Amino acid sequence: MTPHKLSLVSVRKSFGERRVLADVSIDVASSEVIAFIGSSGSGKSTLLRCVNLLEPVDDGAILLDGIDISDPGLDPDPIRRRIGMVFQSFNLFPHLSVLDNVALAPHRVGRSNRSDARDRARDLLARFGLADKTSAYPDQLSGGQQQRVAIARSLAMDPEVMLLDEITSALDPELVGEVLDVVRELKDQGMTMLLATHEMAFAREIADRVCFLHEGSILECASPDRLFGNPREERTRQFLQRVVDSGRM
Amino acid sequence: MSDLPGTGASGPTRRQLYERRQRRRSIVVAVASTLIVVGAIVVLVPKTPGWYRVRRSFFNGETFAETFPRLAEAFVLDLKIFAWCAPCILVWGLLLALARGVRTPALFPLRLFAAAYTDVFRGVPVILTILLVGFGIPGLGLDRPWNSPYLWGSVALVLAYSAYVAEVFRAGIESVHESQRAAARSLGLSSGQTMRHVVLPQAVRRVVPPLMNDMVSLQKDVALISLIGPIEVLRQAGIDKSKFANFTPYLGAALLFILLTIPETRIVDHLQNRQRRRTGATAIR
Repeated sequence: MTPHKLSLVSVRKSFGERRVLADVSIDVASSEVIAFIGSSGSGKSTLLRCVNLLEPVDDGAILLDGIDISDPGLDPDPIRRRIGMVFQSFNLFPHLSVLDNVALAPHRVGRSNRSDARDRARDLLARFGLADKTSAYPDQLSGGQQQRVAIARSLAMDPEVMLLDEITSALDPELVGEVLDVVRELKDQGMTMLLATHEMAFAREIADRVCFLHEGSILECASPDRLFGNPREERTRQFLQRVVDSGRM
Repeated sequence: MSDLPGTGASGPTRRQLYERRQRRRSIVVAVASTLIVVGAIVVLVPKTPGWYRVRRSFFNGETFAETFPRLAEAFVLDLKIFAWCAPCILVWGLLLALARGVRTPALFPLRLFAAAYTDVFRGVPVILTILLVGFGIPGLGLDRPWNSPYLWGSVALVLAYSAYVAEVFRAGIESVHESQRAAARSLGLSSGQTMRHVVLPQAVRRVVPPLMNDMVSLQKDVALISLIGPIEVLRQAGIDKSKFANFTPYLGAALLFILLTIPETRIVDHLQNRQRRRTGATAIR
């Protein structure tokens, strides 16, 4: 058996009566990048939130390095440290400077001392072209800068897997590029990533596999060329057609 | 086009001219209406049949001069009581607010206690809490200093006001968006760390103006302690009233409170305006 970095086994999740994830299974290899596409409400975000244990799954299992992390009896905090998450609306801490946004978790959770955490944060920010923004506050930055800070904040915990939840959806079109550059860099370093995205061109470029989600199920998963070029499922074809028609591809 | 006002490249814009005109007009109207109202009061009130007596018993210059220094001295006690009650109220109120948010089953009694506490002390008039605590507890026959009315009066104020303040803190905590918690938890912060480093700092900032309001209100309610004995400014004014058979000392006491609360409320207004500016909303005229 090949060792999978992350496996979802028959994951189900409902909010009350509404079924959001219906039997989702997928194996993700180390350093693999998976893009989830699908219309709004198809369950992309919920899927990522479940992997980060922000939402408890109703049934099924999520395995990280073969260990079931979705066991309700487990303390989720140490697991979350190993999985980074970046949100559509950045969710930076508005009362902390950019530097402290990045240094907070390593200092408080990672137990590195404050000045080490800050040095490390400064390096990360510099890597993403934010060296001159360390003392600014989130509200003083552009959306693209804020999202790059959010990625740096997540990386500061040295996660083994990154979950990117529509990280460019809230950005002006001219700011999308700078954020995607950061994701490209992560891929080059071999980061395992799951991303929910509306950026079809980017999904095609960066993902090893693209999965089409429809009404809480993965209808098909394939290499980008195959999925975009020759979708097997009728619904996938319809979705891609709508994307093309709306001028987003 | 050149005959339109304010279209010159260097002169004021049309908008600026309009606003200047409006501003001038508002000032004229405000001054005129104030003069009319104040004039009416000055002319009409002395015409009332009882004005002579009211002036003698409430606006007596001699009595004022004689009693005011003593009142000011007594007011220091009000300030002292305020100074030790306010921090206790803020700390105790915050702890109550945090206790209400506790979700651990083992600590359910704590949550229940905090909820019952705020219900009780928000429901009972402050004055009754002071009377019940101030007369009831020393009635247990405790020795000095444990029978002091200062102590139990202060305790009563802390009990009553911490219930209000706890609700203010709770509203602030609940106003911090869930996504902030999600971001903190996703980094591996525990729920306690999330509260301490992410939620509370934002919540406290948001509730500073309403908290200041409660503090101004506390400043005035300190006078209620006079009911159980301590000679603070209201009590002193009552004594002087009896001594001089004149109500002017009450006016002096009121003046002392105003001297303190007006700057306080201005600070509150200033903080509220600053916050409004920060969140980006502008006043609609």
